[in-house]
Amino acid sequence: MTDTLMPYDEALAQFEPVLGLETHVELGTVSKMFCGCPTAFGAPPNTHVCPVCLALPGSLPTANEMAIESTIRIGLALNCSIAGWCRFARKNYFYPDMPKNYQISQYDEPLCFDGYLDVEVDGRTVRIEIERVHLEEDTGKSTHVGGATGRIQGADYSIVDYNRAGIPLVEIVTKPIPGTDRLAPEVARAYATELREVMRSLGVSDVRMEEGSMRCDVNVSLMPRGATEWGTRTETKNVNSLRSVERSVRSEIERQAAILADGGRIVQETRHFHEDTGLTTSGRSKEEAQDYRYFPEPDLVPIEPDPEWVARLKAELPELPSVRRRRLQADWGVSDLDMAAMHNADAFVLVEATVAAGAPAADARKWWMGELARRANEAGTTLAALPITPAQIARVTELVASGALNDKLARQVLEGVLAGEGSPDDVVAARGLQIVNDDGELSAIIDQVIAANADAADKIRGGKIAAVGALVGGVMKASRGKADAGRARQLILDKLGVTE
Amino acid sequence: MSAITRDEVAHLARLSRLALADEELDHFAAQLDQIVGAVARVAEVASADIPPSSHALPLTNVFRPDEVRPSLTPQQALSGAPAVQDDRFRVPRILGEEA
Repeated sequence: MTDTLMPYDEALAQFEPVLGLETHVELGTVSKMFCGCPTAFGAPPNTHVCPVCLALPGSLPTANEMAIESTIRIGLALNCSIAGWCRFARKNYFYPDMPKNYQISQYDEPLCFDGYLDVEVDGRTVRIEIERVHLEEDTGKSTHVGGATGRIQGADYSIVDYNRAGIPLVEIVTKPIPGTDRLAPEVARAYATELREVMRSLGVSDVRMEEGSMRCDVNVSLMPRGATEWGTRTETKNVNSLRSVERSVRSEIERQAAILADGGRIVQETRHFHEDTGLTTSGRSKEEAQDYRYFPEPDLVPIEPDPEWVARLKAELPELPSVRRRRLQADWGVSDLDMAAMHNADAFVLVEATVAAGAPAADARKWWMGELARRANEAGTTLAALPITPAQIARVTELVASGALNDKLARQVLEGVLAGEGSPDDVVAARGLQIVNDDGELSAIIDQVIAANADAADKIRGGKIAAVGALVGGVMKASRGKADAGRARQLILDKLGVTE
Repeated sequence: MSAITRDEVAHLARLSRLALADEELDHFAAQLDQIVGAVARVAEVASADIPPSSHALPLTNVFRPDEVRPSLTPQQALSGAPAVQDDRFRVPRILGEEA
């Protein structure tokens, strides 16, 4: 069944959205949360399991100290208070992705609470209040077999791999975010982007959304313009790219607006986002919190972080991304607008790495935001997913700076690298992309071009120097872009006996 | 009078995936009521100066270092599984009653 959607502008004219985001981040510890099984991604099924994470009788969990430390560091980076004392809790539910029939999580005593994260959207700063940061364990991975769609609905049975079960998972929950108005999709995306940068700067997770090590659940509700009471929300689960975070908010606003405008009511439910259509579909109805029958986990003793430990972790926090961006913006001499463009294109880290590899900031930005952004867009992918590295871009800028390449040839080199032809130097050698610096060779080409364009040559001799452009173009064409255009222009004028 | 209702027992049974007959709902409602009543007697002796306790031992901060320990082989891990497919645990359909 296809939902009716109301066009976005119309929806926003009638309703105001309220957002909420729950983000799960798999921590990059080498071992699981409550046992010593490895956490590496992509291992053969059920090879990273033991009696604890399979919930065999008699096994007991022990908390991973590094995971506790990472969670506290995340809380501190998000300006949270750190609990003086807190407990794990059992979240009971009957679902085979956890073999225990419960997930060890935290309930009313999160490790970190009451923080915020500032994000930049459309030139203004939006403060996102953080409700809580708590620690839990990830679930196993189910594959649904049978049925037409490979989805859980209509499947005949499921098969489960518990390698992921028990990997430490941090859940970061925002308070409701009102007041974003028509920027709601962009705010949601900016928050997820900034959160990912914070995780990266802390080094606590590889935050790869495509591998599921960072996943967003997006809550959206609408209220009529001018209303003060928030509407019923839906929760769209497992949105697995930054672009999808933005799209899912937009499509959910359009869907809810159509229902409300038609006099309908929103069902509080879990919805699934579909990358192919950009739409959400209904999932299972949401359990009430009391259905999970949370209670303190008796197998794990409480956590009581030593204030000195917390103070030390706070003192040792790395420079946070927003601070680093401001510093680099000053270093690079880039405008706010260009910074925002880089941030939105997810190019900032790539530009930074390219500069670190030796490229001038202006060149690094030019290539990533120009040619490479165009290529990524054409290929329907992201800059980071392009098969080219910051070091390779830095090498190309070096070749241009040394005069070995011009921009046109450099673009061909990038094309070759993206096509898998090897390093920039490999592509230069294999495709013969070198600026013709040999005046003899250039001179021969110019003679041919002058002969073939006698009219233009006469005009130049007669003082119409502007006509030289056509001849330079002819030289570039004849040399297949390898001539140095400035040098060619000078030689043409010399040959025609004209001085500027 | 029973404080635990039939509806509550039916709800709990559904969450626990237990199929209970109608007469069992009444039966268990009465039993659960007795259990809850017995536990509630603790409240009679609780006072403001006795903090609620969740653990028998006065310990906090029992951690393990982040070190990898050997896992089971898939053969060992799956040896007790009622059904196996492609080195994974095979389970009955999950959303049967809701699909």
